[in-house]
Amino acid sequence: MVMETLEQIKARIENAISGAKPEIIPNESPSAQRSLLLDPAHAVEVAKFLRDDSQLRLDYCSNVTGVDWLDLIIKEKVKVKKVVEGVEKEVEEPVERKRPGYLEAVYHLYSMALKHGPLIIRLRTENRADKNHVPSLTPVWRGAEFQEREIYDLYGIIFDGHPDLRRILMWEGFADHPMRKDYVEPDDYEYEPTPHDEVLEKTKQHHSPEPKP
Amino acid sequence: MGVAEGSFEVVMNEGLRSELSKQGIFTTTLGDLYNWGRKNSVWPLQFGLACCAIEMIATTMARYDLARFGAEVFRPSPRQADLMIVAGTVTKKMAPQVVRLYNQMPEPKYVIAMGACAISGGPFKQGYNVLKGIDRFIPVDVHIPGCPPRPEALIHAFMTLQKKIETQQLTGVNRPRHLDAEAPSEFPVPKFGGHDLEPPNNPAVWHAPKLVREP
Repeated sequence: MVMETLEQIKARIENAISGAKPEIIPNESPSAQRSLLLDPAHAVEVAKFLRDDSQLRLDYCSNVTGVDWLDLIIKEKVKVKKVVEGVEKEVEEPVERKRPGYLEAVYHLYSMALKHGPLIIRLRTENRADKNHVPSLTPVWRGAEFQEREIYDLYGIIFDGHPDLRRILMWEGFADHPMRKDYVEPDDYEYEPTPHDEVLEKTKQHHSPEPKP
Repeated sequence: MGVAEGSFEVVMNEGLRSELSKQGIFTTTLGDLYNWGRKNSVWPLQFGLACCAIEMIATTMARYDLARFGAEVFRPSPRQADLMIVAGTVTKKMAPQVVRLYNQMPEPKYVIAMGACAISGGPFKQGYNVLKGIDRFIPVDVHIPGCPPRPEALIHAFMTLQKKIETQQLTGVNRPRHLDAEAPSEFPVPKFGGHDLEPPNNPAVWHAPKLVREP
């Protein structure tokens, strides 16, 4: 049975829950899997609607993962009317726009009852530093419990409403979030027999000095 | 048997010995008897961490039986075990537990590092949570390369360990650790730090081999 399109789902969510404004995130890659961006204030309500609605019945949360988006400077070319050599022309000018970074949690939802899916949902934090709270969807789908702990451990997103939010792979007291793009790992590269690329750079600090001729 | 203090070649004539054994008299030295008993009853500790544990289990099953070499039963408690086969990736979260279990084993104790991960971190060497070789914290007697090593390789390592035990002498400078009152048998357990284990390795046990690169 085929699930309805993303636009239809979006319209029904807007009708069912007032105030919710889901956004469709396009995807230009060959997989063309578009996703639905939810706002944190209504996320739990929308999740319950997706799970309980009779046409969707998305009761299986198969995967929860995190993404780290750094600050980006987007260069675009904008057409501007300018006076060039006395004649008004439309000229393309490069413009820089700064897009601030954020952390994101991505949920893949399937339906075991109606055998359709996937629907992909995103939750974004406001920034990568202090405003990194997002509501937890563990009360809706129990399978997200350990995976949200993993995202907290590796990315640093804090899930409000999670029953037991603590680190799962690294130990308590570990200070970093290793999957962030600006993580620097500890230096255990004293002995690498066949290094190349970035590992070669790290091991060069431990090489003994070249013998003087 | 090599030519060592207390071996037959020094003490007794081979001809006389074979004559006596035909008459039913068995002669040996104290060192050889002691080592024979020790090497033929090495009891391992149940210590499988990851995929190499499956190969270790296969080695103990019917086709490649490890029990015929003396590893009769894998003990669940470190207090009753002689050998720790570290089979699998040692993560930094697990490393203090491995060292604690090693400390709880009574002397004489041996360690086999099975598989690439236990020797040096293996395919996950650049992982932020992987300890790059268990020999950073405890002394290892036999290393088995492989990912995973075949059961025959584990049996070969076991036999290598038995040969090593056979050549250990009771007295003298080269006596093993359990007969030497000054040698340490417990090693410090690493603690969890903010970014890495503290200390990241044990300098008394492990030194990074110095690589000199040709220009």
